[in-house]
Amino acid sequence: MAQTSTPTHADKRPTAVELIGVEKRFSGGVHALGPIDLAIGRGEFVCLVGPSGCGKSTALRMVAGLATPTAGTVRSGGHQKGQPASEAGYVFQEPTLLPWSRVWDNVYLPLRLRGVSRSEARPAVERVLAQVGLEDFAKAYPRQLSGGMKMRASIARALVGEPSLLLMDEPFAALDEQTRFRLNNDLLHLWQEGRWTVIFVTHSVYEAVYLAERIVVMAARPGRVLAEIAVDAPAVRDESFRRSVRYDELCRKVSEVLLEAAR
Amino acid sequence: MEKQLVTLPNAPLPFVDRLAVRIAAPVIVAALALGGWEAYVRIAETPSYILPAPTKIVQTLWSDRAELSAAWIVTLKTMFSALGLAVAGGVVMAVLFSASRLLEISLFPPAVVLQVTPLIAIAPLLSVWLGDQPWLVLLLCAFIVAFFPILSNTVAGLQSVDHGHRDLMRLYGASPLQRLWMLQIPSMLPYFLTGLKVAANLALVGAIVAEFAVGAGGKQTGLASTILESGFRLEVPRMFAALALVSFTGVAVYFLIHALSTWLLSPWHDSAVRRDT
Repeated sequence: MAQTSTPTHADKRPTAVELIGVEKRFSGGVHALGPIDLAIGRGEFVCLVGPSGCGKSTALRMVAGLATPTAGTVRSGGHQKGQPASEAGYVFQEPTLLPWSRVWDNVYLPLRLRGVSRSEARPAVERVLAQVGLEDFAKAYPRQLSGGMKMRASIARALVGEPSLLLMDEPFAALDEQTRFRLNNDLLHLWQEGRWTVIFVTHSVYEAVYLAERIVVMAARPGRVLAEIAVDAPAVRDESFRRSVRYDELCRKVSEVLLEAAR
Repeated sequence: MEKQLVTLPNAPLPFVDRLAVRIAAPVIVAALALGGWEAYVRIAETPSYILPAPTKIVQTLWSDRAELSAAWIVTLKTMFSALGLAVAGGVVMAVLFSASRLLEISLFPPAVVLQVTPLIAIAPLLSVWLGDQPWLVLLLCAFIVAFFPILSNTVAGLQSVDHGHRDLMRLYGASPLQRLWMLQIPSMLPYFLTGLKVAANLALVGAIVAEFAVGAGGKQTGLASTILESGFRLEVPRMFAALALVSFTGVAVYFLIHALSTWLLSPWHDSAVRRDT
């Protein structure tokens, strides 16, 4: 059964990411987030769900080291305070591909910045391009790709450094529904193979239930955690899960928590 | 998965977009204008010291080719040296501005003052200071006018870097130099090239105007002096010949930079891509 409240992961995985009393206030005085506590196990797929302004993206940026908490501690793997987590891959809301670089060079970028030569990087770049199905588009420029393909390239770029942690900030929000469903399935498939830790931010309850092992439901003003809901569904999911009774129940459950908070 | 790259349209181009039409239309207009001019001069028997016929100007271009080309080369040298200096100075200064806000707020106002003061008012002062080196006065004048568009466009370009791309560079630990080379310079390129187009034209204007204002004293004189001298002697066909060379230079440089800009930007930038609507 789905469980509400504190994390009681059945499997006692070692912690990969931990937020302890984390709070974020912007210089304008806006209380964006927290204090929140959150622990994410190694290899776990967690979705942060909530309305705009609930601080879910802010939390993700803090885990990546792109933002610093006003109070509290963020621990993630080996990353030092204030330093970007080098072993994390990050997928932004926009594909953020460099328009003047071909797909191959865009995917190569994280390795290039790390000082890896092109020839050394070739196997890794070609492997991730194949994983996301873009092997035939290595030489294309981003503007020649569809929205879905741009996002695939962006995911390939996040995976090329073999991260242990994948941070995704509403990556599929701008895509049409068919493309989003397909990318959901592809992402799950990649995760089955790679088993990295995933923190996936979305405002879509349906997407969260489809993807996550555990859903962290958040509310706004100030951003806080309302509930954590374990998704006790088969680890290997496909379109049949989307049509199952279990899926409906879980969606309803998450929606109810969100509605409750909005009242 | 999605496939198929965006393909170029196979449908016939609209009439006005066909290359032949785009070349033929202005050529026809120019031919009509020149023909009308020629006819008017011949029928009205206008003396060539008032208005020379186009054929007379072409004749002069050929018969005076030695003096004209010498003067042309002087003007070209002034123009391109000034443009080179403006590009180097403008880009370096813009990069420094992007690195230091203090530098920007202290040095931008003087640059603006220099820009808004008419060149023709500065030129006599420069020639008082540097009277013994008139070529340096010309160079400085052309540089002053060409510098600002490069600086301001490059500054705007460096500031226009996408926030997501900035985050990307931070996330993967780019050094300041890597960020400059891989992100800021390509981001500012479209802006820089727009500035370059304006600056090249202004460098030509600067080189000509300064020579009018200062008078090129020395042995090496440019096209502006040719125009002035020919005017004193009422050699109007030669004035027109020199004028034609000035215009031709401006047009040629414009197209050169346009071609450079298309070559650099067409694979990726919207401004250089023709859209099928």
